[in-house]
Amino acid sequence: MLLLAIDTSTTAITVGLHDGTSVVAEETTLDARAHAEHLAPGISAALRAAGAAPGDVTDVVVGIGPGPFTGLRVGIVTGRTFAFALGLPVRGLTSLDALAHEAWTDGHRGDLLVATDARRKEVYAAAYALGDDGAARASAPAVARAADLPPELRALPCAGRGPSLYPEALPHAAGPLDVSGGALADLAVRRLPRDTGDTPATGLQWVDPGHGFDGLEPLYLRRPDAAPAPPSKKSTLG
Amino acid sequence: MSDEPLVLGIETSCDETGVGIVRGQTLLVDTVASSVDEHARFGGVVPEVASRAHLEAMIPTIERACRDAGVQLRDLDAISVTSGPGLAGALLVGVASAKALALALGKPLYGVNHLASHVAVDIVEHGPLPEPTMAMLVSGGHSSLLLVPDVTNDVRSLGSTMDDAAGEAFDKVARVLGLPFPGGPHVDRAARDGNRIAIDFPRGLTTGRDMERHRFDFSFSGLKTAVARWVETRHRAGESVPVADVAASFQEAVVDVLTRKALLACKEHDVDHLLIGGGVAANSRLRALAEERCAKAGVTLRVPRPGLCTDNGAMVAALGAQMVSKGREPSDLGLPTDSSMPVTLVQA
Ligand SMILES: Nc1ncnc2c1ncn2[C@@H]1O[C@H](COP(=O)(O)OP(=O)(O)OP(=O)(O)O)[C@@H](O)[C@H]1O
Repeated sequence: MLLLAIDTSTTAITVGLHDGTSVVAEETTLDARAHAEHLAPGISAALRAAGAAPGDVTDVVVGIGPGPFTGLRVGIVTGRTFAFALGLPVRGLTSLDALAHEAWTDGHRGDLLVATDARRKEVYAAAYALGDDGAARASAPAVARAADLPPELRALPCAGRGPSLYPEALPHAAGPLDVSGGALADLAVRRLPRDTGDTPATGLQWVDPGHGFDGLEPLYLRRPDAAPAPPSKKSTLG
Repeated sequence: MSDEPLVLGIETSCDETGVGIVRGQTLLVDTVASSVDEHARFGGVVPEVASRAHLEAMIPTIERACRDAGVQLRDLDAISVTSGPGLAGALLVGVASAKALALALGKPLYGVNHLASHVAVDIVEHGPLPEPTMAMLVSGGHSSLLLVPDVTNDVRSLGSTMDDAAGEAFDKVARVLGLPFPGGPHVDRAARDGNRIAIDFPRGLTTGRDMERHRFDFSFSGLKTAVARWVETRHRAGESVPVADVAASFQEAVVDVLTRKALLACKEHDVDHLLIGGGVAANSRLRALAEERCAKAGVTLRVPRPGLCTDNGAMVAALGAQMVSKGREPSDLGLPTDSSMPVTLVQA
């Protein structure tokens, strides 16, 4: 197998490739404002590093957030389209899970909060229990001001950029800052049902939630701002 | 089968998710999913609502286009996509999707200008573009006069709107008249029963000094204000508003200026083909007056059918096919979006 994992929910535009045994390539660019520029070249570079062609990919997994909307959509539409073009199954995973999973593979055990930048003075947050079998999500992902999170959660060691953004509310920084494509790929491989070794490549297989996956819809957690676009896009003189 | 390039084009610059497939100069399919109904209650396009809708519609729209055209993705020769101008978040969805297609299929990618695409679409409707062609683009976001020696790499701006776009003026006046969004078609319909010389609304940038300094520029915000004031005065006097007459007189003021300047540009640049594109090109009075004035001036008028004037994927595919045919270099996979891409930049 060759699983392609993509995440654009944090500052990292990140891609991982996993062959079923280990992560064989990872490409990450830190740039909170230019997701679309870096993602496709990142996939291309990761494939090259793994000595693989796009047609060698067998599975696609995308981080579905939560994350700032514009960047988040880039990863999701890229994963969906890449899989559609090659007739591959595509699955979604909550991006915060990948941060907790990376903390777990790094040896962290016990309770962990994951808090990422939601902009507008807020964080996306979820709590996890890291035991011997892995990281289990203990609370649904939510968006809130860091200071408004329950005190018992704020007291936990905290992965993600939350602690560096809001050190007073989240004093115990721990674990990774951004999602890594390698960690997301590793998590996905562990959650894949073992019997889907050779999935037939026919048409788009939009893999349903369940089996440890989360569907392919973005976790926005906020309604859109309902203000029309500034009236004039006008004046495009060169 | 054919050695003409088979190109799939993606358009997501505003509220329509468009996917078109063109072979050379032949349109195979034009598939559009619109989120316009979701914006209507806000009286304008809400960027985040549009972007969310693009994400949901992207794959189903590509899938439907391929199915209806009987085209397999692997048979494509290239992918083209609108990389600007437009709403930043909306553009990103289409560009990211186009890159993923190009990468997965190993096909060249062309990031192209939305406005040049509005011009190129007429190739699949009325055949090759005479070089040069004069093009007037009038939509909700743009009003430009373009001299087009070569739509794949030489588009020159002669003038554009200083304030509101023509379609924007239609939408705002519709609001004043209590007509639904988007207002263009409603004003057009209401105007059919009205008297277009009932009220003498101002023609922006058409006199003396303005004609020297802003020869081919437009201004519609003064007109919009004049209409609003006129209606307001009637309201205050407790009189009813003759919607049809206001619509017809307003519309006449817009299309009079547009066609006058377009034909002046043709004459001064010695161009005998005028192409009108963009959503406002659907306007029945604009078409009629342009035909009349072009005939008188010996200029051949080209207007794509209304479905191809509004935003769609076919126009992006049409321009992409031209890029391939003319041997233009593809864009890089690192292609950025450019929400204010200048009209003179055909390819990113
Ligand atoms: N019959 C008509 N008469 C006048 N205006 C019209 C008519 N039909 C549509 N319009 C106007 O055209 C505009 C829509 O144009 P279009 O579909 O090209 O979208 P746009 O997003 O404004 O385009 P662009 O992104 O190219 O600027 C709206 O302002 C609408 O009111």
